Amino acid sequence: MIRIENVVKRFPGGQEALSGLTLSVEKGEMVFVTGHSGAGKSTLLRLIALIERPTSGQVIVDGQNTARVSRRKIPAYRREIGMVFQDHKLLYDRPVFDNVALPLVIAGLGHREAGRKVRAALDQVGLLHKERQRPETLSSGEQQRVGIARAIVSRPKLLIADEPTGNLDPDLSLEVMRIFRRFNEVGVTLLIASHDLALIDQLGCRRIALENGVRQALVDDDMDIDGHVEGQPSWQG
Amino acid sequence: MARMSQHDPGPARPAGPMRIWLLRHASNLVGSLGRLARQPFASFLTILVIAVTLALPASLHLIIKNARSLGDGWDNALDFSVYLKSGTTVADAEQMAQLISQRADVANVRLIKADDALEEFKAGSGFGSALDYLQDNPLPHTLVIRPAPSNTQASVVLLHEELGNLPQTEVVQVDSEWVRRFLAILDIVQRAIAVGAALLGAAIIIIIGNTIRLDIENRRAEIEVTKLIGATNAFVRRPFLYSGLWYGLFGGMLSLALMAYGLYSLRAPVARLAGLYNSQFQVLSLGFAECAAIVGAGVTLGLLGSWLAAARHMRAIEPR
Repeated sequence: MIRIENVVKRFPGGQEALSGLTLSVEKGEMVFVTGHSGAGKSTLLRLIALIERPTSGQVIVDGQNTARVSRRKIPAYRREIGMVFQDHKLLYDRPVFDNVALPLVIAGLGHREAGRKVRAALDQVGLLHKERQRPETLSSGEQQRVGIARAIVSRPKLLIADEPTGNLDPDLSLEVMRIFRRFNEVGVTLLIASHDLALIDQLGCRRIALENGVRQALVDDDMDIDGHVEGQPSWQG
Repeated sequence: MARMSQHDPGPARPAGPMRIWLLRHASNLVGSLGRLARQPFASFLTILVIAVTLALPASLHLIIKNARSLGDGWDNALDFSVYLKSGTTVADAEQMAQLISQRADVANVRLIKADDALEEFKAGSGFGSALDYLQDNPLPHTLVIRPAPSNTQASVVLLHEELGNLPQTEVVQVDSEWVRRFLAILDIVQRAIAVGAALLGAAIIIIIGNTIRLDIENRRAEIEVTKLIGATNAFVRRPFLYSGLWYGLFGGMLSLALMAYGLYSLRAPVARLAGLYNSQFQVLSLGFAECAAIVGAGVTLGLLGSWLAAARHMRAIEPR
């Protein structure tokens, strides 16, 4: 689903966020990217969302080389990917329903059909009863779930999330992760940046550790060769 | 998208793409109107500025139009005064008047006999008895000739020439030469107003463009998020275009109202003045086509201004 090949991302200031990163995520996988802040997690996700372009190397998403996605094609490309952000990025001037409906409105879906999909998405994150409320009246955890509902409302095959639990307490974090897990079970590929190692261990998903823009030589690296990490805590990390 | 339709089999899809497109535009139209209504004071000020800017050249145009109609009234009555040679007898003059009045291009002829003219001059000039000392009447017989209304500019010139060629004619004088000069001046002023209107139109584009730019700046975060989840530039631009349209539409309508009020307040004094001159003159107001042109100009300039601002600033806003 995602192939990152020898990617270097250097910013105009000269500092290097990624220094020759190579990794891949298979279809249907749920993978965590971990590392300290500044390790390159966010940059990696931004490259996948085409918010940034790599300085060199290739980013291939769902068989499509992002270098060949022109500026004009970026909106259509982004509509195929669900995105969840640490700060939710909701629009606070409209109710929950309208926030979740936004991707469908952008895609030009009819009213009735959109309504059905929005309710299905809200149902999946357990917020169906709050569709008329404004985001600021919701708790942080609920706002994040609205953000997730928005990311999945058009049923993307790939969902990327940047520190989705960064502002949440452990209980809420676990709940969010369980929601992600359920999507994964119906075939959605997930790539989640997080530094919450304890939580990740609980879930037992594959983990890619970054440090200074490259993969950290961890036991995870060995593991993802055979792709089997389920249920094995990575004490060495 | 294929992915979408995959999930939605079944008959419950009456909404065609055209209908969806219309609905989307309609909701944008109403949405941007709501946005204007949420900041009533700021919106009103913008609309007022546009209205005044539109009303300025439009009311100048109206003044010219009225002045021209005044001139047109005189133009129809371009009387010739034909002064006859001093030896001409009253009988000759009468015969001549008779002949000329039969011409198709002449509406009527009035003969002012030399004696009558002298009497009138005595009564009107104030020289009175001083003129009694004159041995002869120095005044000639005069024919006042009104051309037929069917005359063109060229046929009036021709008539003027032919009257001058008559053997008894001393001199032909066109009483209303100045009317033509006046109309020529109006032409120049109108040209100047057109240039001024173009400049004011540019001002409206700038005003609306700047308002929209501020609006875009205020909603920067929203635009970023919308783009982040896949909105095209056209999608983000649309509500701003509709804001510009509303500004222009309301500005045009308000300028019509301002001008209607101005005309209303002028009507009574103008009627009084016209009464003093025994004139039937009435203030001409704007016709339907002119009203439509003013509102249309507002809408066009509004759309243009917002489009320029949106095209320029929207591209610059990318998710960070």
